[in-house]
Amino acid sequence: MTTFAEVVGARDLTWNLTLRELRSRYKQSALGWTWSLLNPLSTVIIYSMVFSFFLRIEPPVGKPSGLDNFAVFLLCGLLPWNFLQASLNGSMGALIGNSNLIKKVYFPREVLVISAVASLVITFLIELVVLAVILLVVGNMVLPWLPMVLVIVVIQTVFCLGAGLMLSVLNVYFRDVQHLMSIVMNALFYAAPIVYPIRFVPDEATILGITLPLGTLYRLNPIVQFIEAYRNAMYNLRFPPLGSILYLLAWSLTLFAVGWAVFRRLEGRVAEEV
Amino acid sequence: MATAISVEHVTKSFRLYNERNQSLKAMVLARARARYEEFHAVDDVSFEIPAGTTFGLVGENGSGKSTLLKCIARILRPERGTIRTEGKVSALLELGAGFHPELSGRDNTYLNGSILGLSRKQIDARFDQIVDFAGLEKFIDTPVKNYSSGMYVRLGFSIAINVDPDILLVDEVLAVGDEQFQRKCSEKFLELRESGKTVVVVSHALGSLRNLCDDVALLEHGKLRAVGPAVEVIDTYLDDVHEDREIDSEGGVRWGSSEGRIDNVELIDQSGRPTTSFCTGDPITIRLHYRMREPLDRPVFGIAIETLEGVVVSGPNTRQTGAVPDQLDGAGSVDLVIARCLLVPGTYDITASLFDYSCTHAYDYRRRAFRFDVERGDPAEEYGVIALDGRWAGDVVAAPL
Repeated sequence: MTTFAEVVGARDLTWNLTLRELRSRYKQSALGWTWSLLNPLSTVIIYSMVFSFFLRIEPPVGKPSGLDNFAVFLLCGLLPWNFLQASLNGSMGALIGNSNLIKKVYFPREVLVISAVASLVITFLIELVVLAVILLVVGNMVLPWLPMVLVIVVIQTVFCLGAGLMLSVLNVYFRDVQHLMSIVMNALFYAAPIVYPIRFVPDEATILGITLPLGTLYRLNPIVQFIEAYRNAMYNLRFPPLGSILYLLAWSLTLFAVGWAVFRRLEGRVAEEV
Repeated sequence: MATAISVEHVTKSFRLYNERNQSLKAMVLARARARYEEFHAVDDVSFEIPAGTTFGLVGENGSGKSTLLKCIARILRPERGTIRTEGKVSALLELGAGFHPELSGRDNTYLNGSILGLSRKQIDARFDQIVDFAGLEKFIDTPVKNYSSGMYVRLGFSIAINVDPDILLVDEVLAVGDEQFQRKCSEKFLELRESGKTVVVVSHALGSLRNLCDDVALLEHGKLRAVGPAVEVIDTYLDDVHEDREIDSEGGVRWGSSEGRIDNVELIDQSGRPTTSFCTGDPITIRLHYRMREPLDRPVFGIAIETLEGVVVSGPNTRQTGAVPDQLDGAGSVDLVIARCLLVPGTYDITASLFDYSCTHAYDYRRRAFRFDVERGDPAEEYGVIALDGRWAGDVVAAPL
């Protein structure tokens, strides 16, 4: 049985696997790490064209920052989303992609998921630095808010780890978890205020004659809360509500505990099934 | 003596799926996971391995020996039973596991080392030794995808062997690299043995296991057949793998398909008479009397001379020296003429065999078919198994030539 101490003891291994991920990601490509920045930038250009230019979605004016820029508004939500999506995908491939290792060497298997997520946290942080520079250029004095951003990043990382641990091991036993997840992620992308402002979501909606408190239900989604927290700290330059942060913390810790438990329960036969 | 590994009532079964079910839909429809049959790869096996010994796991393919090794290495988790290990365990199941082709040898050394349980500091301290042992000083900053397979394996082995475990588990990876590297590997194993490490080996190379191991466990269809001193257990195994065996009148073991047989093995001395003993340095002829039931194309005769402890001294056959006739029929004899037989005094056994040209199909195999003694002669040596007929010179009393 893997113990927590064993995972902590394998931190050198975790770090080396993280380095392997990072070093190998853009090897052999001429632009190398520039790709990790070009990717979100190209998405921003495309989405800005579609949503801002064609559909004429007006970005909300940042309060109290006074910022009014769709591309920056989009980036503040898109980067955290990309981190979430990439870490879930990375986790689902973490055990399967390393089957050779799992079958031949013993080490705490959690390490594979942790290092997959860790390498993406590092990428995410680099992207956030670039975003911070952009924010400064457009006149948002984001520097005092960066510690707050870091706190949200930590909470989101715990969230991603929990979901990642669970999905990684489930995907070993049922390969269609990853196909299911690609649909779920597609739905979740539009169920969060990434490409549109949250004020577009009506408080109530009547579906099949039943009136639902849509606004409240919508806000129960932790991803919505994450996006709003990042936007508050970076776009609006104000503290996210404390209740929201506590809500996210509770979600993340619960998900992590559940993910860890599921992983432990199912990891026993991973070397046979992978 | 302290126990390094204790295996108690270990059972490991695999699920053989009738129809592999890896979809949620099928699971929901069947309301359970796919039907499967349990296959007991390891079935209620118990034994103990004393610390500081070299232990072999032998058995046919599918006997569960590799599964058991993986259970000891904690890669697989047994359903029932417990395995206790004392000290740091390192498994050599695959060399260079986790190497990333795009990364340099240096990066991969750190990566692979940490996979095998070394901390960064420990790798720092051993790095030069690892590179030196692998003989890759010039290439350590080259991506491993540009390595030859020999270089790849050498680096992998070098890292694994430098993990410095208390217990080393090895699965048939000994036969790697060129001859020079293999010798380095064998030396390293002996070194580990002498420094009191416990080594567990799974291998088909029974000859090397016989010399390498103190004790051996023989597995058959997942069950423990025998455990004990290596020579005894391996001989039992060798005799068992051939189903058409029979015990001849002298208690030796014999198998083969019998299209041709070796009726008799004789030892002929210098005066042309059959004998059972001679002196070191005497000329001697080993004669195999054969009888073919049908004409056999290109039959290969072989002889092995072994000590009673099971060390094979020599194993010549007619194919190696290109002495294979196109066809043989009826009865006749084949001689191996040895001008000066330099075996030191002791008792030896001759195993005689008659194979087809591919040396995979046995017509007749007579294990330990003939026993003979060697007495003191010239050269008058007595240690080891063979005299090299050297002469002392320099500040000694020169031997008369």
